[in-house]
Amino acid sequence: MAISHSGTGSGTGAGSDPGTGPGAADNAPELIQAVPLRRPGRWIAAAIVIILLFLFLYGAATNSAYDWSTYGHYLFDKRVSKAAGVTLSLTVLAMFFGIVLGVVLAVMRLSPNPVLRYVSFGWLWFFRGTPVYVQLVFWGLLVVIYKQIDLGIPFVHQFAHIDTQNLLTYYWLAVIGLALNESAYMAEIVRAGLTSVDEGQDEAARALGMSWGQTMRRIVLPQAMRVIIPPTGNELISMLKTTSLVTAVPLTTELYSRTRDLAVETFNPIPMLLVASTWYLFFTSILMIGQFYLERYFARGASRKMSVRQLQALADAQGVGNQKGLI
Amino acid sequence: MAEPMVRSELVCKNFGALRVLKGISLTVDRGEVTCLVGPSGSGKSTFLRCINHLEQVTAGRLWVDGELVGYHERGGKLHEMPAKDAARQRRDIGMVFQKFNLFPHLTALENISEAPIRVKKQKKTVATDRARELLDQVGLSDKAKAYPAQLSGGQQQRVAIARALAMDPKLMLFDEPTSALDPELVGEVLDVMKELARGGMTMIVVTHEMGFAREVADSLVFMDAGVVVESGKPREVLANPQHERTKAFLSKVL
Repeated sequence: MAISHSGTGSGTGAGSDPGTGPGAADNAPELIQAVPLRRPGRWIAAAIVIILLFLFLYGAATNSAYDWSTYGHYLFDKRVSKAAGVTLSLTVLAMFFGIVLGVVLAVMRLSPNPVLRYVSFGWLWFFRGTPVYVQLVFWGLLVVIYKQIDLGIPFVHQFAHIDTQNLLTYYWLAVIGLALNESAYMAEIVRAGLTSVDEGQDEAARALGMSWGQTMRRIVLPQAMRVIIPPTGNELISMLKTTSLVTAVPLTTELYSRTRDLAVETFNPIPMLLVASTWYLFFTSILMIGQFYLERYFARGASRKMSVRQLQALADAQGVGNQKGLI
Repeated sequence: MAEPMVRSELVCKNFGALRVLKGISLTVDRGEVTCLVGPSGSGKSTFLRCINHLEQVTAGRLWVDGELVGYHERGGKLHEMPAKDAARQRRDIGMVFQKFNLFPHLTALENISEAPIRVKKQKKTVATDRARELLDQVGLSDKAKAYPAQLSGGQQQRVAIARALAMDPKLMLFDEPTSALDPELVGEVLDVMKELARGGMTMIVVTHEMGFAREVADSLVFMDAGVVVESGKPREVLANPQHERTKAFLSKVL
């Protein structure tokens, strides 16, 4: 097979492209401008999916059971947005305490101290091994089980009595219940992250005279974050929805319980479910955006891939900066 | 006579039932370069790691700059050293690893300035200026903002050397610094090390680079199976080894 060397190919390529670098200009081949392959299958598949999607949306818009006017009426109802606020604050608080406890449990689990190791394992075994709904019912009954808290030296002297009824509202019981359950899952996620960091990192940091705390904070955890963040994002979104279970405590001021109560008013649960779903989706979307930026931040240095700007700088140094197509 | 930088007396190290070091005795004087050579598994790296207490010595005594490593001696008894004191000992001893162990989430410059800022509590601007100087010294002033993954092996190891130097160590330990490098990159790392040796740095180098040992080292120690088989001036040991095991090893690597 002969390669055509006549006509427009190499001749005009070098001649008509004065932008090429001085050294490379003479023999750099022309960029390929091939006719793209036709792919009818892709077009057909896309058309089918779009038609199905349209049919579904049309059906939803015209089906009276969805009762879109009620949906519109209640979507920004003050009672609903307030309940959404409760859901969000429950999620944030439970996650915050869950993560802090999870880090402590993970460090305990990796500790050379056997007592800490086994306690951490026992905690995990219990809180992962029982349904969160059951745990929440238990927390609701806490004030019955422990009617008062005595502060003092055990068996010797008491400084103060506190009635648990006054100390803990259902809201805080719900936060505690969700957080403790979450801590067990977070502990495993953090442990996976910590063990994913190469042992040499710890050694290098110690050889430089860094303390355990410095090594953890500055060297190990930032690298572990790459492994920790994606599943933690999962947990956060999962937590947002798990808050709908706190009715077991019973706490009924959050989004799902509140919309269900409102449905009693309207005699139609469907639009209220849609209202709740919309709010859940709204929060989830915001959390996903946050996760994207967090992941990008902690991915720095993780890849050999260079940014467009770095590549351009290298190309400029190479003297072919204006011929972007080749890079 | 001044106290040697490193003095080792019958140092032993066991990992469980496994005896890796079986009584290493040697001294390294100030400003001297010592090369440790020997077959894999002979205990060279373990001994090096004992010097900055990354491994705890099981028996024998090891002093760096006149100070016992890893233990406090009080009333004729040895007490395990608190982590804080061990960290203080380590920060005066630079270490360079076979696999570089640069911090991948920090740029070359940050890798170098991290420990001076955190451990020595230097001002960030001071530490960064010094880091730039050191990068220049190892010939990488244009790579300050590069992450380790974007550097070649040789460049990474030069950054690692600069990182160790940033703590102004009195002793530098090199654990097979060129073993993970492509052959064409070995030279650039050895050049930096030669420069250091000329500057009077006390160095202990575990290496398979006999050319480097011959040219730069003041003494060469041949280890096998956890003991020092022989040691002396590099040229003499390399040209005229006294022991069968040394002869057998050198015939394979030279």
